[in-house]
Amino acid sequence: MRELHRFPGGVHPSEHKAESSSRPIHEAFIPRKLVVPVRQHIGQPAKPVVELGDRVLKGQMIAEADGYVSTAIHAPSSGIISEIGLAKVPHPSGLPDLCISIETDGKDEWIAHEGVDWRIMEAAALRGYVRDMGLAGLGGAVFPSSIKLDPAGGPAIHTLILNGGECEPWITCDDRLMQERAEEILEGARIMQHLLGAQTLLAGIEDNKQEAIAAMRTAAEKLGLDIDITSMPTLYPGGGGKQITKTLTGLDTPSGGRTTDVGVQVFNVGTAYALARAILHGEPLISRIVTVTGHVLRPQNFEVLIGTQMSELVMHAGDREAMTGIIMGGPMMGFDVPNLDAPVVKSTNCVLAKSEETFPPRPREMPCIRCTQCVSVCPAVLQPQELYWFARARNFGKAQEYHLFDCIECGCCSYVCPSHIPLVDYYRFAKSEIWAREKEKRSSDIARERHEFHLFRIEREKKEKAARLAAKAQTKKTEAPTLAPEEQDAKKKLIAEALARAQAKKASITPKNTDGLPEEKKTEIAEIEARRAKIREVAKQPVEPEKH
Amino acid sequence: MATSTHVLQKNSVSRVMLLVLACLIPGILTYAWQFGWGIVINLVWASILALSLEALALRLRNFPIKPFLSDGSAIVTAWLLALSLPPLAPWWLTLVGMIFAIGVAKHLYGGLGQNIFNPAMVGFAVLIISFPAQMTQWSAPLAIAGHHLGFVESLAVIFGGGLPDGVALDAIVSATPLDTVRTGLMQQHTLGEIHSYSHIFGSLGGVGNEWVAAAYLAGGLTLWALRIISWHVPVAFLLGIWLTAGFLHWGDAGRYAAPWFQIAAPSAMLGAFFIATDPVSGSTTPIGRLIFGLAAGFLTVIIRVFGGYPDGVAFSILLMNLCVPLIDAYTQPRVFGEPRK
Repeated sequence: MRELHRFPGGVHPSEHKAESSSRPIHEAFIPRKLVVPVRQHIGQPAKPVVELGDRVLKGQMIAEADGYVSTAIHAPSSGIISEIGLAKVPHPSGLPDLCISIETDGKDEWIAHEGVDWRIMEAAALRGYVRDMGLAGLGGAVFPSSIKLDPAGGPAIHTLILNGGECEPWITCDDRLMQERAEEILEGARIMQHLLGAQTLLAGIEDNKQEAIAAMRTAAEKLGLDIDITSMPTLYPGGGGKQITKTLTGLDTPSGGRTTDVGVQVFNVGTAYALARAILHGEPLISRIVTVTGHVLRPQNFEVLIGTQMSELVMHAGDREAMTGIIMGGPMMGFDVPNLDAPVVKSTNCVLAKSEETFPPRPREMPCIRCTQCVSVCPAVLQPQELYWFARARNFGKAQEYHLFDCIECGCCSYVCPSHIPLVDYYRFAKSEIWAREKEKRSSDIARERHEFHLFRIEREKKEKAARLAAKAQTKKTEAPTLAPEEQDAKKKLIAEALARAQAKKASITPKNTDGLPEEKKTEIAEIEARRAKIREVAKQPVEPEKH
Repeated sequence: MATSTHVLQKNSVSRVMLLVLACLIPGILTYAWQFGWGIVINLVWASILALSLEALALRLRNFPIKPFLSDGSAIVTAWLLALSLPPLAPWWLTLVGMIFAIGVAKHLYGGLGQNIFNPAMVGFAVLIISFPAQMTQWSAPLAIAGHHLGFVESLAVIFGGGLPDGVALDAIVSATPLDTVRTGLMQQHTLGEIHSYSHIFGSLGGVGNEWVAAAYLAGGLTLWALRIISWHVPVAFLLGIWLTAGFLHWGDAGRYAAPWFQIAAPSAMLGAFFIATDPVSGSTTPIGRLIFGLAAGFLTVIIRVFGGYPDGVAFSILLMNLCVPLIDAYTQPRVFGEPRK
């Protein structure tokens, strides 16, 4: 029996798992129209590679990964590309994004596909394959899996954790997946372990999912896989990356860091399953398990094609009168979907239909009374009440000093707050403001550098001109020795003065190692610098720990 | 577009405040049992004043009245102030105290959650500075009082109707044990002499008083068990009193009262569990709370022993309220994954 460690804080809201966990996963249905966003993962959106009117087959790549931090998008079913343009996507802002729409033909005709032999394939090629199969973390953070499977450049990964925590109330997609498809999950984990070179393979499942634990253990035995499948106490947010790492290994992920800093990589069980499908069968990520629950007639898990509209999914589960809206995700970290016909994407683990009764509107927000109940439940041991003030006062420097970016937005603080303050909203606001400012600062830095370089070039051109003139005068002088000595002296003095001026100006400019390079080379360097800055910017974008 | 949690624990500011009030009830009942009707009348009067003043202030500030009036915070202030005043305090004394507590200390600073100082203690401080005579006329414990005032008689005393016929003021009021010690020491008596000539002392503290203190303690422990308060402030506060008083008592037992005597005063227990623990005006970090409590306990004894006022709880807490931003800034706990310094 593995010794378990207690992570700080945490809450235990009503689970509401039973509503949807008893029914088996319902097979995918093919909607008449699929709306597939090109931005379903963290990083660069995928680049469309199909044209309007093209016929595509199921599993055919319709948008390719654009850069390192990106992943591909595939057609979830066969049909005709009917639209490439802005459409509704599930995002709290309600803003549209670039989507590829497919008018399905109902034939569900697969593109030729087969798996690869991961045991002999080179690691880099295998990761490229994973990227082209569109894999991203299915726990909710949708970080491209190919990057998480790349141990290079970081500390060695000694432990791979399979995350079956699924700590959010209402959601049971991982639970059902583990019950029904444990073997493939473990097959996927085996490939992940191979790519990461991790010695230890662990799985953590909360103890409210006993059937899943049993199924996983049976499967592990059958496969002869050396994996420690641990039943963890049910405590939200126990499925957070840092929390499950603490629970199973006792390791504290450094503040501001990731679990990989302590040699642990965490993958959601759904991602492991998708990886197995991709590598063993050549099936890209075109569907996922979605829990449809809450205010519906038949709460259940569905295997859903990416791009299926949520309203249609709710209808399949039996829509009811007086539905007040849809939450994508769980009640702790999910968000209200502004458009009910927004499509299911790779990060959609749950579609939670609301009613006035189950999800009454948030009561009136009262002032903070500094009761510190938020402090006692914060898994990051932050001071939420202080962060709240700093965010409200737009004192972002102070907020960062108080470790705003260690906040995993789990919502424990807003769950317990007696004043009903939507605390996480304040932290998200502060974070996005800080990112926006940093972006602005970086672009102004680049602009300033460019301007300085421009000034430097003008100065250098002046200097070169002066030197050329001086040289010309010199030749003139040798050609015309008749010049009076006083005149010569005056000229020399002028030249000397010009040179001195140029010298002084040169000294006042910060020297760069680009000095003395030809002009084209310098512009090229500047361009490279700008591109690098852009890449840095992309790389700095937040990566939330995988959840559930 | 709120994205914070869609579910909430059953919790509210009103619930927190109501639990604080509920935990005060054992103390209040004991108080009434040992000292008569005065405190009950005072509490009701203070509550009426608090709600009226709160409603007025909310109206003047254009705040919605119902949600803020029903949060219960004004009643908590009213009860804490009423429990700090002499039980037969005249009606206008409570009125002045409440005006400063609710009007100045709370709403002039921005209302609920914004007050730097504990409102009840501000009210108390204003009264003890401005009306020292009225503030030291405490009801005599019924056990040694010459006359037991009935409900109507108490009402008459408080609302200016005067004393019942044939009852002298001396029969119903007396100095508090702390005040008796102070006066005695000023007259060059030793503690032993004071104890021998005064009937006000019980086995640990004052007659009746020590029971009230015990009831506050019971209520305070309940508050802790309900996780409305953390243990840090009460423990540190009482420890601060104990250590400071103990040090002095150990140096000169004839001049300095014993630590258990200092702690058995109801003000110490009320302060430790209900006033110093006020979240709004107190520290929010564990170490900060220990510092806050210890320093407030220390100052309480220093003010009681060397200061000019009969009790030091209010001033010590107000002084420490002032230090909270500084304490909090320097006692931030280590966040998860932050290296040990």
